Amino acid sequence: MKEENKVLTHGVDPAAMRGRSSEKMVLSRETAAMEIKALKLFYGKDMALKGVDLMIPKGRITAFIGPSGCGKSSLLRCMNRMNDLIDSARIEGEVLLHDENIYDKGVDVAELRRRVGMVFQKPNPFPKSIYENVAYGLRLQGVKSRRVLDEVVEKSLRRAALWDEVKDRLNENAFGLSGGQQQRLVIARAIAIEPEVLLLDEPASALDPLATLKIEELMFELKEDYTIAIVTHNMQQAARVSDYTAFMYMGEMVEFADTDTLFTSPGKKQTEDYITGRYG
Amino acid sequence: MDKSIFTQHISAQFNEELEDIVNRAMAMGGLVEQQLADAMAGLAEGDSGKAELVVTRDYQVNAMEVALDEECTYILARRQPTASDLRLVMAVIKTITDLERIGDEAERIGKMALHLLEKDRELHPMADIAALGEYVRRMLHTALDAFARMDTDQAVRTAQMDFSADSQYEEIMRQLLKRMRDDPEAIPRVMDMIWAVRSLERIGDRSRNICEYVIYFVLGKDVRHVSFEQMAEEATGDRR
Repeated sequence: MKEENKVLTHGVDPAAMRGRSSEKMVLSRETAAMEIKALKLFYGKDMALKGVDLMIPKGRITAFIGPSGCGKSSLLRCMNRMNDLIDSARIEGEVLLHDENIYDKGVDVAELRRRVGMVFQKPNPFPKSIYENVAYGLRLQGVKSRRVLDEVVEKSLRRAALWDEVKDRLNENAFGLSGGQQQRLVIARAIAIEPEVLLLDEPASALDPLATLKIEELMFELKEDYTIAIVTHNMQQAARVSDYTAFMYMGEMVEFADTDTLFTSPGKKQTEDYITGRYG
Repeated sequence: MDKSIFTQHISAQFNEELEDIVNRAMAMGGLVEQQLADAMAGLAEGDSGKAELVVTRDYQVNAMEVALDEECTYILARRQPTASDLRLVMAVIKTITDLERIGDEAERIGKMALHLLEKDRELHPMADIAALGEYVRRMLHTALDAFARMDTDQAVRTAQMDFSADSQYEEIMRQLLKRMRDDPEAIPRVMDMIWAVRSLERIGDRSRNICEYVIYFVLGKDVRHVSFEQMAEEATGDRR
């Protein structure tokens, strides 16, 4: 891809001329925030993931698309061990965060989930004030200084593009916020503890179109500091927000590519059929 | 330019992408304009250095078209633009196709100028050809300007200029045919001139095309393949 582009632009100053494809980074262990190796997931006898290999690029947004039941949410949950909560779930393979398998015996799962945060489809604020929702993680870590808490709460709410809307009512109950605001609050709560990776499971599917666009714009802002992985049923959303897209089907990773390529000339016919609505 | 189309999306990135393709189309237009000016310096003033430059620089125009097409494709795939956004992307895609072809015509004029200079150090330039060259360069310039400012009135005025370009072209052809009759020895040289003049006439047509895209983009009206009067009426009639 890169070589071809070089030929096509005939050596014209790339800064002035470049198409987006020249900005793609080469995926390697150095540029990956997480690495998934031969990952299999079983729910009882059912195999939900059939050996997935994938690198999640650092500081980028990676979207997972595919029909219901393809395993995309299961895969996301494997990335911070949410499947531990399901008794029948069993894992084979590895999920590496900085070369360390998060399924190793000595791993502190609470600490893992601090480093790999998660936001769900339905906004799930705690029945507390807006302020306390954001400060919650820090309080768990034992932070008591009011000054530090104030700072982090404001910074996180600003990062989540919610500050201006709530700054005058920080002590009101979080349930008084609209759905879109609640979802941004949950994101503020997640980033208050400075995770490395943010997992978003259908973060906008319960929101109206404008609130959805706000969440998408927020993701774009956040990727400067965080690696983001998002599961979405909404293919257009994946196309709009992500840098990389993974198409999954029946527990397998069918295709993983930069989003421009996947949505303009996918490599596999199965991907093409799905994104053009010819699937099934 | 009315920048609001680039500032009102919730997605700041989308704003940037749209602004970027317009800026790049304008940059491409600037280069093509320069190509035409240099080609005419070769044809009308015998400046072989500039004529050669036109030939060697054409690849830059092509590369800009390829890169911009790629960017537009990505915008369509990722954003699924609608209404004025969609028309903007379509207008850019169509405009750069015409710009690339104008670049090709400029290259041809440059080649003809070099050919003529090779045959005969004395070019015997015709003042009328230089005037037509300047005229269509101005058409191209004002067409791009209309695009940048979303100015449909200027698009209509520029499209109207094409009538004069056509009649200038016909007058020059009459003179060149007469030259061939009077001096059969000169036929090969005059043939080269005819090719170049034909290219100038085509540049006028393509500049008019760009004006049509401006009207499509701003008003949502397709004014291709209609008479000039109809076009003017559509563009100045009911404002949306």
